[in-house]
Amino acid sequence: MNIAWYIVLSALLFTTGAVGILIRRSPMVILLCLELMLNAGNLALVAFSRMVGNGQGQVFAVIVMVVAACEVVVGLGLIVAIFRRRLPLNVDDLRELRG
Amino acid sequence: MEAVLFFLAAIGALGGAVGVIAARNPFFSVLALIVHLFSLAVLFLLLTSAFVAAAQVVVYAGAVMVLYVFVVAYVGGGGESAWEPIPGQRFLAPLLAIALFVELSVAVLGSALTALDTKGPDVPAGFGDPAAIGRLLLEKFLLPFEASSILLLLAAVGAIVLAARRREGDAA
Amino acid sequence: MSATAWCWLVLLFPLAGSITIALGFKALPAKVTGAIGTLAIGLAFACGIAALLNLLGDSPEARHHASSLWDYASVAGLDIKLGIFVDPLSVFMVLVVTGVSTLIHLYSFGYMQSDEGYRRFFSYLNFFVFSMLLLVLAGNFVLLIVGWAFVGFASYALISFWYRRETATRAGMKAFVINVVGDIGLVLAAFLIFRELGSFDYGTVFERAPEAFSTNGWTITAICLLLLVGAFAKSAQLPLHTWLPDAMEGPTPVSSLIHAATMVTAGVYLIARTHALFVLAPTAADIAAFVGLATLLVAGTIALVMTDLKRAIAYSTMSQIGYMVVGVSIGAYSAGMFHLMTHAFFKALLFMAAGSIIAARANEQNIDKMSGFGKAMRFTAATMLCGSLALAAFPGTSGFFSKDEILAYASARGGMYLIFTVLGYLGALLTAVYTFRLVFRVLPGKPCPEAQELIDTGHVHHAHPFNPASGEEEDTDVGFPGPDHHIAEQSAPMRVAMGVLAFLALFAGFVQVPGVDEAITHFLDPVFADSPLAEIVPSVGASWFGLAIGAVISLAGIGIAYFLYVASPESPRRLEARFRGLHTFLYNKWYFDELIDVLVVRPALAVGRFANRVFERFVVDGLVTGTEGTVRGASGVVRAVQSGFVRSYALLLIAGFAGLALYFLLTSS
Repeated sequence: MNIAWYIVLSALLFTTGAVGILIRRSPMVILLCLELMLNAGNLALVAFSRMVGNGQGQVFAVIVMVVAACEVVVGLGLIVAIFRRRLPLNVDDLRELRG
Repeated sequence: MEAVLFFLAAIGALGGAVGVIAARNPFFSVLALIVHLFSLAVLFLLLTSAFVAAAQVVVYAGAVMVLYVFVVAYVGGGGESAWEPIPGQRFLAPLLAIALFVELSVAVLGSALTALDTKGPDVPAGFGDPAAIGRLLLEKFLLPFEASSILLLLAAVGAIVLAARRREGDAA
Repeated sequence: MSATAWCWLVLLFPLAGSITIALGFKALPAKVTGAIGTLAIGLAFACGIAALLNLLGDSPEARHHASSLWDYASVAGLDIKLGIFVDPLSVFMVLVVTGVSTLIHLYSFGYMQSDEGYRRFFSYLNFFVFSMLLLVLAGNFVLLIVGWAFVGFASYALISFWYRRETATRAGMKAFVINVVGDIGLVLAAFLIFRELGSFDYGTVFERAPEAFSTNGWTITAICLLLLVGAFAKSAQLPLHTWLPDAMEGPTPVSSLIHAATMVTAGVYLIARTHALFVLAPTAADIAAFVGLATLLVAGTIALVMTDLKRAIAYSTMSQIGYMVVGVSIGAYSAGMFHLMTHAFFKALLFMAAGSIIAARANEQNIDKMSGFGKAMRFTAATMLCGSLALAAFPGTSGFFSKDEILAYASARGGMYLIFTVLGYLGALLTAVYTFRLVFRVLPGKPCPEAQELIDTGHVHHAHPFNPASGEEEDTDVGFPGPDHHIAEQSAPMRVAMGVLAFLALFAGFVQVPGVDEAITHFLDPVFADSPLAEIVPSVGASWFGLAIGAVISLAGIGIAYFLYVASPESPRRLEARFRGLHTFLYNKWYFDELIDVLVVRPALAVGRFANRVFERFVVDGLVTGTEGTVRGASGVVRAVQSGFVRSYALLLIAGFAGLALYFLLTSS
C-alpha cells in the first residue's frame, strides 16, 4: 500500500479521537481518546519514517510513547485523587475555573 | 497479501477507535483501545518498523493499558447522562472533525510529496531493528533520550504525590 | 553697580527670603524666620536707595534704563524678555514699597508672635513684596501681568491666612475672584496693545502709541478702559470694590501692608505708568477720574457709619485711593504719587494702631465696645492721633500737602475739572469727620473694662478666642489667630515701626511744599514729561490758597467730629433716628454686595446648577457611561466564552485548528 493510505488512516484515527474528546464527559474516556490521537500521530510518524528511509521517525515515535506513558500516569493519578475526594467524575461538573 | 493485512489492521484500528468513543462503560472503552493498539502494532510491522511494533505491544498495550485497567477497576464508572449542558457541542463536534479530516486528506493527497504515492524506498535489511533504533537513540538522539528518562522520573514522583494519602486521613 | 543691577538685587532679596523661610519651615525657629523676612526686605530697601543714588547720578533726561536677564519667548513675532525698567517712577515705588514693608515686617515680628503660622506668614509676606516689586519694576506688559497675578495670589493667601475661619476663606475667594476679573481686563488690554503696536515692551509701546492711534479712537479707548478694569479691581474702586472691606479678615499687618500701602496702589501705578496711552484717550481718563471721584464720596459716606474699626479704615483707604486715581487721571501725576506715598505712611500707621487696640480688646473690632484707650495705651493713642491728623489733612501733616496738591491741580486745569476740586474738598470734610469719629470714639472717655484692666494691672485682657465678624468661638490652633495678643506698649519692634511711621506721617510732607521745595515733582518730572497735561502747573499762590481752604475744611471736620462724639454724645443717636433710612442705606454699604449678588453671583450659580444637572448628567455622563456600558456589554459577551467547560475549550481548539489548516490550504494552492 502506498504511504498515502497510512497517512489518511492516521488522519481518520486522529479526528475520531478528537470527536471522542469533545463528546464524552468521563475523564477516563477522555484520556483514552487522547491515547487514540497520540497513536494516530505515531502511525503518521512511522509511515513517514518508512517513506524517507531513515529511522528518525521511529525514534520520535518511541519518545512519543514514553511521553504518553508519563501523561497517562499523571492523568490517572489525578483521576484517583478526584475519586478519593468524592467529587463527581464528570468534566462538566469540575468547572470552577471560569470567568 | 499486504493489502489484505493492511485492511484488516485498519478495520481493527478503526473499530477499536469507534469502540473507545462509543462505549457506555469505560471498561469496554479500555478493551476497545487494546484492540486498537494491537492493530496499530500490525500496521507498524507492515511498515517494517519491528522495534516500534514490539514497543507498542509491550509498553503501550502491556504497561499503559494495565494501568488503565487498574484505575477503571478502582474507580468504577457508570454511564453518563444523555443531556448535554453545552449547547451545540453534539452538533459541532462531528462537523468540525469531518472538516478537519477532509482538510488533512486534501493536504496529504494533494501535496507535492511524490514519495507518498510509493511504497517507500528500498531499505536495508536492518531497518527498524532494535539495533538501528538503539544506535540512533544513543548517538544522534542522546539528548531526547536522556530528557525523556528525566520525564519518566518526574512522572513517577508526580504520580506518587498525587495519589498519596494525607497525614490526618483523607481531607475531602 | 548700575541702577538696574541694584534693582535686580531688590527683586532677589525678598524672593530669596520667601524661599528660605519656606524651605526651612520646620527647621528654623520662629524668631529667626521673622528676622530673615525683615532683613530681606531691609536689604531690598537698601538696594533701592542705592539704585536711587545711582539714578540721581544721571542727567534727568537719561534717567531711564531697561535691563533684561534673558529672552522669555522669542517666537512668531513675540519678543518677550524677562526685563525690568528702571526710571524715577519705578524707583519711587520701590522705595515706598520696600520702606513701608520693612516697617510692617518689623511690626509683624512682634504682633504675630504667638501665631502658630508665624513662619508661613513671613514666607507669604516676603513673596508678596517680591510680587509687588516685580509688578513695579516690570519692563514689559507680560511681566507686569505676572507680577499682577502673583500679587493677587499673595493677597488671597494672606487674607485667608487664618484658614480655619470660614469668613476668612470666603473673603479670600471673593478678593481673588474680583481680582481675576481685573486680570482679564489687563490681559485683554495687553493683547490689544500687542495687536496694534506689535510689542509688549514699555519703551516701544509708549514710543509707537502716538503714531499708531488717533486721539479718542475706538481701539485706544478700549485699551484704556480695559486697563482701567484691571486697575479698579486691584485698587478697589467702584464697582469692583466689594472685596476690600471683607479683606480685613486677614491679620492686621496684612491689612496694613497690602490693603493700605502697596497692593491697592498698584492700580494707581498702572495708570501713571501707562499715562502715554491715557493721554491719547482723554475720554477714558475722564471716566477714570469720575469713577475715582464717585468712589471717594461713596466710601467716605460709608465710613461715617461703619462700626467695625478695621472696616472703617478700609473704606477710608478706598476713599483715599479715589483721590489718587483722580490725581493720575486728570494729569496731576506727581501729586497723585506723592499722595500715594504719604497715604502709605499714615494708613499703615493707622492699621498698626488699630491692630494694637484690637489686641488690647481681645479681638473685638466693634468701636461701640471700645473707649478710653487714650489713658490705657499712651503710645498707641499718640501714634493713632498722628496718623489720623495726617489722614484728616491737618495743617502741616503730610496728608495736608499731598491731598490739596491734587485738588489745586484740578482747579488749575479748570473747566469741568473744577467739579473735582469742589467735591474733593467735600470728600476731605467727610474724611476729617469719619477719621476723628474713630479717634473720639476709641481714645477718650471712660475706659471700657479691658482698658481698665490694662490700666490697673498692665495685663492684656485674655478672652475666649472668637471670630469678630461672626462671633462664633474658635480655637487657637494653626489656622486661627494665636492665643496671645500683643500690643505696642509691650513690644519693642512694634513701637519702633509705629514710631518711624508716625514721624513720616507728620513730617514727610515737607519734601513737597509748593513753591519751596518740590522734590517729588522734580524727581518724577522726566517720567511724565511727554504728557501735555504735565505742563499745567498751578501757580504757587493758587496752591497756597488751596492749602488754606484745605486747612479750614480739615479743622471744621475735626470740630464737627468733636461736637458729635465728645461734646454731645447723644447727637449721633438722634441723627441716626432722624435719618433712619439713609443710615440703613449707608450701613449696608449702598447695597453693592447685594447688587453684585443678584447680577453676577446668582446667574453664575444658576449656570453651574444647569451644567451639573443637565449637561453633566446627560451629555458628559451619557458619553462616558455609554462608552462604559458598551465596553461592559461587549466584555460580557466575550466573558461567556470562559465557561469553565473543558470540552468547549477543546471544541474551540479543534475549530481553530481546522480554520488554520483551511487557511494554509487555501493560501498554498
